[in-house]
Amino acid sequence: MSFELSNWYEEVVKADTIISYKGILSKDDISDLLNQIEIKLELNNVNPKLVRKIYNVAVEILQNIYHHGESPGGGDGDFAAFILKEYEENSFGIISGNYANKTKIRLLKDRLEQINYLESAELRILYKIILNNQQFSEKGGGGLGMIDIAKKTGNKLIYNFYNLDSNHFFYTFSVAIS
Amino acid sequence: MDPIKIKGTRKTPDVSFDAGNGKIEIEGRSIPENSIEFYKPLVDWLDEYAKDPNANTSVDIKLEYFNTSSSKCILDVFKKLESIFKNDQSVIINWYYEEDDEDMLEAGEDYQSILKIPFKMIEMEE
Repeated sequence: MSFELSNWYEEVVKADTIISYKGILSKDDISDLLNQIEIKLELNNVNPKLVRKIYNVAVEILQNIYHHGESPGGGDGDFAAFILKEYEENSFGIISGNYANKTKIRLLKDRLEQINYLESAELRILYKIILNNQQFSEKGGGGLGMIDIAKKTGNKLIYNFYNLDSNHFFYTFSVAIS
Repeated sequence: MDPIKIKGTRKTPDVSFDAGNGKIEIEGRSIPENSIEFYKPLVDWLDEYAKDPNANTSVDIKLEYFNTSSSKCILDVFKKLESIFKNDQSVIINWYYEEDDEDMLEAGEDYQSILKIPFKMIEMEE
């Protein structure tokens, strides 16, 4: 069965969702979502340390989409999805989805596999190497965001690529935060 | 040299750079989408300041959040300060973190291990 974006989104938001967003993601949308996260988590009396972790992860995920998300061209226009879930007390998860150009998939997959393969002490070393040696562009820092997410959550990054057409994939990403 | 004074926003920190007393302060949140745009004037200012720095430069970094794109820019700021320190001037970086914020402490330690410049880790009570 071919991948249906609307089915995927409906399935993802069905249970445990506390914040969900889909559509074009502007800088202001990012600010609003981050604001909502702080307000909702504080209202739910989530431990401030955990709020900080979730906020940090959300910043990196949203800005990754902002800088690297692609438009599939025509049709639905730019599309990004961001969902924050609370599975149980003190156990959260963020799921995101965006279009990615075929040419970037292999590099992205390679990066994600490398991050998942490394232990936390090794992730810290890799983070420092990239921070100190790599030129950054205005789009950010050579996968540093993903390393930071893995380092801060201590959890594996879960991802999938769904083939949409000859040039585009839909890239889904999720991570648990507790 | 004119000081820099920038009021913080939801995504950018309060900034105060004063050549007169050698006080450099960055405080708040640093999570802009384009960090280079925000930090470039600060790095340029330090370039100028390095030509004739105060005998004592004291740097206070009190960040609540910073994104990975800011992390490189903050390193660029520190590298300018390191060059002043290497010219036998007194420079200290005071890295503040909240008492249970191990990630922020770790980030400070990472900078400390990359740079040859005195750091002081300062725990703040919440």
